[in-house]
Amino acid sequence: MSYSIIISTVLMLSALGVLAAVVLYLVAQKFKVYEDPRIDAVEAVLPGANCGGCGYPGCRGFAEAFVKADDITDMFCPPGGNAVFAAAAKVVGKDAVAQDPMIAVVRCAGAPQHRPKTSVYNGASSCKSATTIFSGDTGCQFGCLGLGDCVEVCKFDAIHIDVATGLPVVSEENCTACGACIKACPKSIIELRKKGPKGKRIFVSCVNKDKGGIAKKSCAVACIGCNLCVKACPHDSIVIENFLAYIDFNKCKLCRKCVEVCPTGAILEANFPPRKKKEEVEVGSETA
Amino acid sequence: MLKTFPKGGVHPAENKLSASRPIEVLPLPEQVSIPIAQHIGAPATPVVAKGDSVRVGQLIAKSNGFVSANIHSSVSGVVESLDPILDSTGYKKPAITIKVEGDEWMEGIDRTADVKKEISLSSEELIVKINEAGIVGLGGATFPSHVKLAVPKGKKVDVLIINGVECEPYLTSDHRLMLEKADELMVGIMVLKKVLGAERALIGIENNKRDAIAHLKNVSTGYPGIEVYPLRVKYPQGGEKQLIKALIKREVPSGGLPIDVGTVVHNVGTTLAVYEAVQKGKPLVERIVTITGKGVKNPGNYLVRIGTPISKLIEAAGGLPEDVGKVVNGGPMMGKAINSVEAPVTKGTSGVILFPSKESLRGEAQPSCIRCGKCVSACPMGLEPYLLNQLAQRRLYDRMEPERVVDCMECGSCSFVCPANLPLLDYIRLGKTEVFAMIRARKS
Repeated sequence: MSYSIIISTVLMLSALGVLAAVVLYLVAQKFKVYEDPRIDAVEAVLPGANCGGCGYPGCRGFAEAFVKADDITDMFCPPGGNAVFAAAAKVVGKDAVAQDPMIAVVRCAGAPQHRPKTSVYNGASSCKSATTIFSGDTGCQFGCLGLGDCVEVCKFDAIHIDVATGLPVVSEENCTACGACIKACPKSIIELRKKGPKGKRIFVSCVNKDKGGIAKKSCAVACIGCNLCVKACPHDSIVIENFLAYIDFNKCKLCRKCVEVCPTGAILEANFPPRKKKEEVEVGSETA
Repeated sequence: MLKTFPKGGVHPAENKLSASRPIEVLPLPEQVSIPIAQHIGAPATPVVAKGDSVRVGQLIAKSNGFVSANIHSSVSGVVESLDPILDSTGYKKPAITIKVEGDEWMEGIDRTADVKKEISLSSEELIVKINEAGIVGLGGATFPSHVKLAVPKGKKVDVLIINGVECEPYLTSDHRLMLEKADELMVGIMVLKKVLGAERALIGIENNKRDAIAHLKNVSTGYPGIEVYPLRVKYPQGGEKQLIKALIKREVPSGGLPIDVGTVVHNVGTTLAVYEAVQKGKPLVERIVTITGKGVKNPGNYLVRIGTPISKLIEAAGGLPEDVGKVVNGGPMMGKAINSVEAPVTKGTSGVILFPSKESLRGEAQPSCIRCGKCVSACPMGLEPYLLNQLAQRRLYDRMEPERVVDCMECGSCSFVCPANLPLLDYIRLGKTEVFAMIRARKS
């Protein structure tokens, strides 16, 4: 047994290794793809959640589009918010326009005591699947089914079904307004609204488009399209279409007059301090 | 050995409680609500206004395109409203509501019981008549019949298949029709044969309806080119592709139509409607509906005007039994539970079944699939339901397309055999609608 075999093997393999390294280096130089270094810089700034809230496939997709774009006014990173977006804009040397923080709002308050069950559903626990079969297990064909498609798609642990009401509740801290739940909801109940100063906001918590009488019969807290809120609003921010009121959050000045006049309690206010004189004001289901 | 389709299938309990009950005419209701979308395809366009008086058989909504069907008034009376009504799924659907006054029929409709055998019209004229009468597939799929009868250029139909299988448990409307309207059925088959230019017509009937098989065999001797075949009992033999495979051993390609293998399938109910439209001038205004269920006092088969509330049918059967948990529109395998008994009978309503509450709920679903493969053996289309279920749950709809989810006909055999009571079909149906949406988006 001689050491020469071991030595020659080691030398041979080392020489091969060096040769391969040289070839690989040359090939890599020859076929080098130039990539804008700013893409990496922008991606590093982004939250890395890959939630798709910006409309691009993941954070890398957004970074590529962002660096390429001439005009960035239509782009935004909802989970990152203004700070992250400003940092990203700085990388490409552009000015970011600050946007109001948004939050997902569940526009249905039909808890079982308001909206009695009319049938029993024990099929697949998926809202989308249930809507292909029937309109829902209550008298309201527009309301929340409570099977939790929104919960399943949320990447930020920001939406949960409240066991008592059977309705989804959005967490103020966790919600990034990425919009995944909005796409998942087959009844189009969830909407992105301005978060408001200190989280204060007012919205119509109903999507029932039935005539007043029918809506009221199926759910005690339904919007009946009675027009009282439209008349009460001093800022002209409420419109009624298909027997359903909608508050424009860009016009609303948070005066709460509509909340006071609503006969069914379909207009909810969130994060307001309790009122001084009047009692029994319904507080938004999502303040929990 | 009797014929049947080779792949998959299940054997649910038959429960044909109303098989011996002759067809009765359901009394006219006070009011009917006739939806304008009772078929697959574009909804019809109403041609009457509120306050118009109409007669039985009068056109009230016009077909809107090639894949669509006319809608006729099933009663005489005054149009009360054109407002949407709640259909059996609980969604609001546009409909024409008519208050019944008397029973006046349009002129030219022959209501006598005589069987008119001579077919005087040419095949083009026959298709026009069938189109005008608003006939759709009465087996439940409600596909406009004239579309199936228009043979595309370059294709030839050599065999016409008549579907008298009635593989759904409980339902007996087709069974009674074959027993009581055999001659009319035969003339209807001759009409279809003439339209399609088919030499042979095969009637497939499951072997649990021996009286119907014997009767039709007897009657068919008077008509050339009509053969009756008993079939081994197996669900879902009434599926178009399964019946073709069972009777003539041809396989309809994935994504193809029966016409691609030289055949067309029509239900016996549709065939009778074709006879009545062509020979008697009567549009599709009534159909035979089975009302049945354990605990129902008088299960039976009724000739019902389209648009009659389902509650009237239940009344005729002796009212709702005390312990009813679920009312199903259609058969127990493919039918759907209804939201309200005030929903109308439509062209696709083959039966209404009342289930006692202990049979109404599904068994409790186990947390997961153990990959036993029972659903794979049961699937008559050769799909893998357990896999499709998981893909749909994970929203991997793009992977469901190569797994041929669009071939699923929603027969429910997979959910029926699943030992874990998993809602397989629910998720597969969801995936199917998503995949169809994907395909549509790609095409446009």
